[in-house]
Amino acid sequence: MAIEIEKPSSVRLSKVAISKTHGEDSPYFAGWKAYDENPYDEIHNQSGVIQMGLAENQVSFDLLEKYLEEHHEVSSWGKGAPGFRENALFQDYHGLKSFRQAMANFMEQIRGGKAKFDPDRIVLTAGATAANELLTFILADPGDALLVPTPYYPGFDRDLRWRTGVKIVPIHCNSSNNFQITPEALEAAYQSAESMDLKVRGILITNPSNPLGSTIQSSVLNDILDFAVHKNIHLVSDEIYSGSTFSPSEFVSIAEILRNRNYKDAERVHIVYSLSKDLGLPGFRVGTIYSYNDDVVTTARRMSSFTLISSQTQHLLACMLSNHEFTQNYIKTNRERLNKRYDMIIQGLKKAGIECLKGNAGLFCWMNLSPLLNEPTRQGELELWNIILNQVKLNISPGSSCHCSEPGWFRVCFANMSEQTLRVALQRIHKFMEQRKVCSVNQ
Amino acid sequence: MRLIVPLQSVVQGRGGLIFGSLIPCALFYFLQLYLKRHRSPKPQSNPPSPTTSSPKLAEMTRTSSRSNLFSRSIGQVRISSRAISIAKPNESPYYIGLDKASEDPYDRLSNPDGVIQLGLSENRLCFDLIEKWMSENLGHSITGRDNGELNINGIATYQPFDGTMELKLAMAGFMSHIMGGAVTFEPSQMVLTAGATPAIETLCFCLADQGNAFLVPTPYYPGFDRDVKFRTGVELIPVHCRSTDNFALSITALDQAFNQTRKHGTKIRGILLSNPANPVGNLLSREMLYAILDFAREKNIHVISDEIFAGSMYGNEEFVSMAEVLDSEGFDKNRVHIVYGLSKDLSLPGFRVGVIYSFNENVLAAARKLTRFSSVSAPTQRLLVSMLSDARFIEEYIKTNKRRLQNMHALFVAGLKGLNIRCADSSAGLYCWADMSKLISSYSEKGELELWDKLLNVGKINVTPGSACHCIEPGWFRCCFTTLAEEDIPVVLERIRKAVENTTDLLNSS
Repeated sequence: MAIEIEKPSSVRLSKVAISKTHGEDSPYFAGWKAYDENPYDEIHNQSGVIQMGLAENQVSFDLLEKYLEEHHEVSSWGKGAPGFRENALFQDYHGLKSFRQAMANFMEQIRGGKAKFDPDRIVLTAGATAANELLTFILADPGDALLVPTPYYPGFDRDLRWRTGVKIVPIHCNSSNNFQITPEALEAAYQSAESMDLKVRGILITNPSNPLGSTIQSSVLNDILDFAVHKNIHLVSDEIYSGSTFSPSEFVSIAEILRNRNYKDAERVHIVYSLSKDLGLPGFRVGTIYSYNDDVVTTARRMSSFTLISSQTQHLLACMLSNHEFTQNYIKTNRERLNKRYDMIIQGLKKAGIECLKGNAGLFCWMNLSPLLNEPTRQGELELWNIILNQVKLNISPGSSCHCSEPGWFRVCFANMSEQTLRVALQRIHKFMEQRKVCSVNQ
Repeated sequence: MRLIVPLQSVVQGRGGLIFGSLIPCALFYFLQLYLKRHRSPKPQSNPPSPTTSSPKLAEMTRTSSRSNLFSRSIGQVRISSRAISIAKPNESPYYIGLDKASEDPYDRLSNPDGVIQLGLSENRLCFDLIEKWMSENLGHSITGRDNGELNINGIATYQPFDGTMELKLAMAGFMSHIMGGAVTFEPSQMVLTAGATPAIETLCFCLADQGNAFLVPTPYYPGFDRDVKFRTGVELIPVHCRSTDNFALSITALDQAFNQTRKHGTKIRGILLSNPANPVGNLLSREMLYAILDFAREKNIHVISDEIFAGSMYGNEEFVSMAEVLDSEGFDKNRVHIVYGLSKDLSLPGFRVGVIYSFNENVLAAARKLTRFSSVSAPTQRLLVSMLSDARFIEEYIKTNKRRLQNMHALFVAGLKGLNIRCADSSAGLYCWADMSKLISSYSEKGELELWDKLLNVGKINVTPGSACHCIEPGWFRCCFTTLAEEDIPVVLERIRKAVENTTDLLNSS
């Protein structure tokens, strides 16, 4: 129902309200519009756009449903609802102790017990989006900078910069070494910030990486931490995909690195986590900040008043995540299924003649279409993206919206659809590649 | 050998004595430095616990944190200036009192000497109704099994961040009902947030820049200082109201505050109202609403109307929403934004459900994007759609709530009157605004805080002193009565009497 605005608004809005710093006008978000207008449906709209730009995990819903089926009591408050009253009134920004305990255990399980988490260091937020923004408010002042390795999750432009007034200075990574972060790149980024008169307050890494779909190696993590110590800045490790590593041994958390160093220099390290990816519950809005810095914990807790998790949800998840049998099985099965999906898409793309970065985690793969570009530029990449969106009818995310310095890379999500839909998508890609071969042969 | 030779030559040289003592000192210093750097740390298998952690910490509502955060050595890495001010121990009596009350909470049976909480505006009067509804309607799980199929897909996946259309529809209906059906709310003009707290903050981010200000009538809800100022950098300019006219807002006072502030070079971007008012509990009349809108138009500023207590009416006056006034007159709607939430009227503060209702398309567009940071949790949305759509339940709830509120209010105010403590005239809210100025030793903020302290530590009741609400007249206290049962009222009165024992001549005079 559209409302009519009789005359243009003469009353002023803030800079935040009118700015485009949220970055939501980029192709990353524009592709979604095309999908919304013509969404693929297995039965009702087989020629629609297949959404491959949304990193959502739908492969393990049945496990969640089974649990909820067998444990009715977690989604109500039991017969006659005892405990409901306290729960309904509970708006303490410390969060339910039982839920924090359950989250700490879950995070430990994901890391195979190689790191321990203290529930009193967990600060709850309504999603990792809020967690990243909150940390930015706490670690940096307006006009300061955070270093972020490229390519990175497009949402960071909004989460780290919009309301905070903080700037992002990229740490450039490229395909020559599989987009790994190097000490040289770190130093170059730092210098770049200095030359722009920006004070660098921290580094934010995503491990496993979005959009690369790969874990950061132990040696690189050590280098990054050393760099942070050397420059006396913070290190935020967004480990939102930690439970989506196909093989548990391949993920090394910054928490493990710290443990190996006896927690020396820990007060500059903060971990972000969420249940949106690993548990496939983005609608629940559950995020956490785990900080080794007491001041950050205290401040983050107070600031979390703006982004508390519903106590009903905390109660439900506390029950579910305290069930070790469930979590063990879920983590293991989820990893296996994601691995299977990953293999499926990689094989499918390979058959079509497309190479991807070697990945081992996440809900997506990082696809190299640079050989197909008319010109090796951002423009060329966007032209190709447009073709794929409008002709092949696949919404994938162009590397430029992830600030990748090399054109031609695309992030392709594979876990937000059924296997059948993925097969259809792969068929379309195959056909597209065949057609291009024919065209180039005929030219 | 190599070390001895230079030393020898130094000692034998002209500066011998000086260098002879300087070099060993320097060596000693460097030795200490070396030892410090290479001291092997004690092996720790667990991450260090936060130093302020204690078993009780988890149960505290707010961290008053008596331990001085800056006295021990903190990590050398810097945090932002915003964070530094937020990290400081909270000195406001509002928060200190809340902490104290939750550390030692009163319970009629198990802890009769505990602190009675009258400082938190929570409504516990109608939980029995909600509990009954829950047990009758939550037989199926929240995942929506009523259609036969267990389907988590509907709530697990990404939802619109500003709330589902189903919940917006349900909220629109509820808000309309609460306000006597006098106004219709359009779901498309609604943005749902995780509580009214982020609703206020989000609006501030949309309407004002850092360094700008909002006018706010006093006394006001202490939480506004946090909601408006914490992260936005926006200031609050008090517009003082007085007991002589029952703390009514006057346009003259608004105008004065506006001009004063402008002279100092700060731009006013809007007025922040609570209607029904917190902590006084009075209402803005229809005429006053017109006058405020005229004023806002004249100064070209926004109006935020926080109507969170609209459904907590106990008086006979009629509540008029800003939306109702806009409906009827040809005012510029683009400057008006309403805040609402389910924490008070439906007693569900833990569920985090707030509303921004605006007529300004640009504000709505920005606010929608900002809800990315504070969305309502999907299972909660599902639950509430169900509850709010149960017309029969809502009807009964609203009626019963009003009746019980009226009852508690009457009893409590009468009780205070018996102690010669009169309350401001009020028609709504979960509290009364009590005048204890006769009981304070000196007519000042100091005197007021002394009384507050006595009431808390001697009387063991937590009430909110007017100074925490920026009231310009000392001696006023906000007392929330909806956390009590009827039987608790005599206990409260007795404790007040006890706490002010030395001022009994005042208590006895009629």
